[in-house]
Amino acid sequence: MQTLRRKDILGLEEISAEEITLILETSRSMREIMQRKIKKVPTLRGRSVLNLFYEPSTRTKASFELAQKYMSSDSVSVAGSSSSLIKGETLKDTVRNVEIMGIECVIMRHPVSGSSHYLARNVEASVINAGDGMHEHPTQGLLDMFTIWEKKGRLEELKVTIVGDIRHSRVARSNLWGLQKMGSEVVVSGPPTLMPPDLDVFGVKYYTDLEEAVEGADVVMALRLQQERQESGLFPSMREYAELYGITPQKMARAKEDALVMHPGPMNRGIEISSELADGPRSVVLEQAASGVAVRMALLYLLLGGTKEQ
Amino acid sequence: MKQLLIKGGRVIDPARSYDQTADVLITDGIVEKVEPALKTPTGAEEIDAAGLVVTPGLIDIHVHLRDPGQEYKEDIPSGARAAAAGGFTAVAVMANTDPVGDDPSMIGYVRRKASGAAARVYPIGALTRGLEGREMAELGRMKLAGAAAFSDDGRPVKSGMMMRNALHYASGIGTVVIAHEEDPYLSAGGMMHEGTVSSVLGLRGIPSAAEEAMISRDLLILKITGGRLHIAHVSSAGSVEMLRRAKAEGLNVTAEVTPHHLLLTDRLVKNSGYNTNTKVNPPLRTENDRQALWSGLLDGTIDAIASDHAPHHPDDKDVEYDFAPCGIAGLETTLPLLLDELSSGRVKDFFLPLLVEKLTSAPARILDLPGGTLEAGSPGDVTIIDLDREFIIDPEKWYSKSRNTPFAGKHLKGAPVYTIVGGEITMKEGVVAEREFQG
Repeated sequence: MQTLRRKDILGLEEISAEEITLILETSRSMREIMQRKIKKVPTLRGRSVLNLFYEPSTRTKASFELAQKYMSSDSVSVAGSSSSLIKGETLKDTVRNVEIMGIECVIMRHPVSGSSHYLARNVEASVINAGDGMHEHPTQGLLDMFTIWEKKGRLEELKVTIVGDIRHSRVARSNLWGLQKMGSEVVVSGPPTLMPPDLDVFGVKYYTDLEEAVEGADVVMALRLQQERQESGLFPSMREYAELYGITPQKMARAKEDALVMHPGPMNRGIEISSELADGPRSVVLEQAASGVAVRMALLYLLLGGTKEQ
Repeated sequence: MKQLLIKGGRVIDPARSYDQTADVLITDGIVEKVEPALKTPTGAEEIDAAGLVVTPGLIDIHVHLRDPGQEYKEDIPSGARAAAAGGFTAVAVMANTDPVGDDPSMIGYVRRKASGAAARVYPIGALTRGLEGREMAELGRMKLAGAAAFSDDGRPVKSGMMMRNALHYASGIGTVVIAHEEDPYLSAGGMMHEGTVSSVLGLRGIPSAAEEAMISRDLLILKITGGRLHIAHVSSAGSVEMLRRAKAEGLNVTAEVTPHHLLLTDRLVKNSGYNTNTKVNPPLRTENDRQALWSGLLDGTIDAIASDHAPHHPDDKDVEYDFAPCGIAGLETTLPLLLDELSSGRVKDFFLPLLVEKLTSAPARILDLPGGTLEAGSPGDVTIIDLDREFIIDPEKWYSKSRNTPFAGKHLKGAPVYTIVGGEITMKEGVVAEREFQG
């Protein structure tokens, strides 16, 4: 099998369609391993990985840790404190100190956009971005694409509608780049104050009207809404948001009948997504979580897969 | 009697529209005469400037020397050496130090510490106490203590009424007010220019409107107060257009631009992979803005070039993008960068006398400083430039304590080869003399 000819996975903007295809195909093999009774392969035995999380995470962290265990790598997880005010150890020092202990790959989540670029420049280990600020969350984008690909059998010529806080969302950015590279049409909806300035740069269409945005959609993805956005004056209230931009069975009326309903989690039920949809037959929210492990196994394999020993 | 004769250079003195091969004679620190083929007086020191350009000493009216309070980033002596290395004979320093330069004793501190330094250092006093924008600082007493201008630079003056009163009051003591134009609500949390690049990078943006809204406000205030307003580090096309109109209306306003805003755009934040040396306030903007800044500079809308030298310790910048402080250190790169731009011919109608004007007579006029010309009787401050000198920006070799530049490694053509303050050589061939100067 091939490997990725790159040191790091920092974002989907700079990854090619060929590489994405390779990752998705590899994920499918990994998915198969996950379905075995004994979910463990020796592929990464003796390889060491650091999970460095400067922000809380349930799904992503559990998913990476399980992926590492299923692949037989050794790993250590560290919860960092990233406050710039508390004069603690710098990110660079933290990682270099762990790297010298034999770490070959660092998985990092960090509240500052670009911090994974900064890290990648400063260490020899591979860096996988597990979410950097509002920039990208490439493994989430990949697992979303993998979920769609598994369900729909393709990514090209699908219409994917992403609803919500695109402006502050790293998940949205990774999906916008990745899905379009794979031939999907992506449209977005949400209040104008939650759209990034100069949205055109992403090449997507924007509808203020949610029902128009989901017209003929194959996939509708709701994004998590942070309470702090309301507090900073970007929209008037959570209930108004829910009424205008929360996805419900009624708002899905104009989407395709078999449209998938997705959410990267954690969900605010009754705000950006109704429970009826989240738990309904079209929802693939739980499949997304499962895909996460497969995709992360694939990435670990493709980045570390034996190349350094040869 | 101490004499220095600079022989045979192309002397450019924009204040007098002078541009010809001539000799410059400095006697006891003062320009005695500038004439072709002067006889070397007995005992005079001589510099052969054949093939070189001789200009009035360059003046940088926007510099942060971090002294007192953050001497680990820069101090007055190191900053003055950096100025000399970069061809500057004088700098005006901002008051955002710790403590803030908002009273006469602080002005005195800067002046005392600068005596004997490798460049003249003119303190700019704070406009409001503690730079807090609430109460006017003692502008008159600071002026008597030697303040060259007043500014809360680094922070905008939020209240329109405060700005109105300060401008009005300053008009009574005949001193210019320098404004850092930024609506802090519009720029809140911003890390870079707001636009396509910030959207892609997921960095919070600072819209051009943050600058333009404040410039607009202050130009309107200037109409009611009179007085003199100088706009620091103009960065956007809209700002240039507003200034152009204000000048056409006859408002008493001047403006400066930095080399980094003339040469770089927000794309560099992306292309450098979030290099924190691209983080600066106002932020690097778009190619359209950059072009507008050049046209403003060429048509006189923008009067001067100033570095906004903002030194930081390497440790301060070697962090995640959000955590890095804003600022680019420019004293040692400003002139070579612009000389290189000149020699490249990339900017149409950009010629050497204009560049010299923007770095000498114009800044002297804006802050009403001595120098900026080689007219007889002026301070004997001279910069000698070799237009053909090849030069690579290497911050490791700087005299500044800082290293923060997005231009590191850039190969340039054109550099200062002598800096002379009051007839004394402060820098020769890139080497700053290690001694006390009389000034």
